[in-house]
Amino acid sequence: MLMRDHTAEDIALARAAARRQARSRWIAHVVIGLGVLVFAFPIWITLVGSTHEVNTIGRGEVPLWFGGQAVANYVSAWFTGGAQTRMTLGVPVWIMLWNSLNMAVLIALGKIAISLLSAYAVVFFSFPGRMVCFWLIFITLMLPVEVRIIPTFEVMVNLGLINSMAGLVVPLVASATATLLFRQFFLTIPDEFVEAAKMDGAGPLRFFKDVVLPLSITNIAALFVILFIYGWNQYLWPLLIVSDKDLETVVVGMTKMIGSGDQQNEWNIIMATAVLAMLPPVAVVVFMQRWFVKGLTETEK
Amino acid sequence: MATLTLSAVKKQFGATQVLHGIDLEVADGEMIVVVGASGCGKSTLLRIVAGLESPTSGTVRIDGRDVTKLEPADRDIAMVFQNYALYPHMSVFENMAYGLKIRRMPTAEIRRRVGEAADMLEIGALLDRKPRQLSGGQRQRVAMGRAVVREPKLFLFDEPLSNLDAKLRVQMRAEIRRLQKRLGVTSLFVTHDQVEAMTLGDRLVVMHQGRAAQVASPMQVWGMPADTYVAGFIGSPAMNFLQASISDGGRTARLKAGVTLPFADGPRPGAEGTALTIGIRPEHVEHLPASPAALPLAVELVEPLGSETVIHGRLPGGEELVARLPIAAGDIGEVLPVGLPPAAWHVFSAEGARLPARSAVPA
Repeated sequence: MLMRDHTAEDIALARAAARRQARSRWIAHVVIGLGVLVFAFPIWITLVGSTHEVNTIGRGEVPLWFGGQAVANYVSAWFTGGAQTRMTLGVPVWIMLWNSLNMAVLIALGKIAISLLSAYAVVFFSFPGRMVCFWLIFITLMLPVEVRIIPTFEVMVNLGLINSMAGLVVPLVASATATLLFRQFFLTIPDEFVEAAKMDGAGPLRFFKDVVLPLSITNIAALFVILFIYGWNQYLWPLLIVSDKDLETVVVGMTKMIGSGDQQNEWNIIMATAVLAMLPPVAVVVFMQRWFVKGLTETEK
Repeated sequence: MATLTLSAVKKQFGATQVLHGIDLEVADGEMIVVVGASGCGKSTLLRIVAGLESPTSGTVRIDGRDVTKLEPADRDIAMVFQNYALYPHMSVFENMAYGLKIRRMPTAEIRRRVGEAADMLEIGALLDRKPRQLSGGQRQRVAMGRAVVREPKLFLFDEPLSNLDAKLRVQMRAEIRRLQKRLGVTSLFVTHDQVEAMTLGDRLVVMHQGRAAQVASPMQVWGMPADTYVAGFIGSPAMNFLQASISDGGRTARLKAGVTLPFADGPRPGAEGTALTIGIRPEHVEHLPASPAALPLAVELVEPLGSETVIHGRLPGGEELVARLPIAAGDIGEVLPVGLPPAAWHVFSAEGARLPARSAVPA
């Protein structure tokens, strides 16, 4: 009698638990679904918009399904840019993408190289003013490009680097954030490695090349992803420093395709360009995802 | 093969004096174990010999050559680190070969040396593995292999066994000893573990607060400790220290516990009533049933170890006494008759230094 009561109760409890679990799972999925919708919808609109002909969006329609102009739009964006209806512009998107790619890769690699070396100096060498150096680097975190843009522009003008790839990249190449990240990572490298290397007779550069660099490889990969996207998305600085069409980057070039109102905007081409501009960062993330997660979560020790 | 000579090595970190002048003469092929509690300066001493730290004053000589100002790499020494310090991204072979590669040794010679060391340490099958694929004991072997391939004048060991579990530690201890004997390389081994020190060293340096309290062979350190610190540090369970005073013109000691017993090895200098410390090791305390000379030990804790029993108790004067008896005896609350045979005494002055017998005076 007592036994049977217990079993009945337990069955009821188990059912309640299952119901609760099902409900919470359901709620979780709804929340995730909403999140996906919020993030994905604008991209969907862009993707769909890039396949319609110019007048569809011009009329104020927002199509939710693909049109038939995909190939024509992309070919035209890739080879001629947004110049079909206007005389002023006409930088083919492939040139803009090429410039953006160069800029982003150079910025990412430059930032990594410089911050690796400065973090190495700050962590592994004791010299007078070491902490002063570190803090000087650190406080530049508080000074983003926008704050120092006028003096930087002045310097670039004086150096004659206006309208050059160097002018585009050099001012963005120092990174306090990356220096800080590498410093934190280097601090986790045991002193024993440094000492073992000393006993082995490895000098500072040898130690850097043979031990520090291989150990940092996942961090470098993770940082490359972040910095590549940072470089790719640069807007204000390229807008200022480059007026030469041959050096137009895609993020800036895309906004220049949007006219001021006299003429109809070629939204189909602009959206095709936007889709094309999205692809390289996506490719970098997808390709380096494994390294990226590894670099942020684990260290090889 | 080399000698190591330290003369008046001092080290100061800011205002803190870590080493107060260490003198040490290590003979060719000798294994010296530097032992002491943490913070006694033993690791600093090792690091000074290694060249990772420079002494405030004093000199380090290897084979007569003054190396005090030389870089670690130029001293022709090899070190085994506490956490092994194996480069995680290099294979076992690369780890062992790295120091040789930097010295631009021909590849064939590197391969020969690494191969030999690997055979000797029985890690030949592991050469392609990464350190993280190895067990603690294997890592330990690789770390030793890395030192061996250098064929150095001096091995330095910085508590290399402290990360191993108890069983492996005993095994590796024996292996290090065997290897060192076989290669005949002069070695300095730092540890805080007295058992390691006793079993490994040809001689021990017992460090205390930046000074070498005693430099002697393990049995001398155990049998004739130079002061109460050494006496209490070496031996487990630790030596008992009992208060006493000189009486009968130096022939006997009056123990606070209530008995007066004659010194076995001759009278001690000093005025009547001079305070003394009598040390006696727990294993020398005797169980004396039905003897008038026995002292009553009020038992407070019993630790049976199978073959013997460790008994913690209190003597009549209130002093604690630990006895290690070869019997299963004693119960908490019981009073056990124990004897403190004078032949096993270590007599120290009140300041803690060993007080030898006054040989001139007849007993």
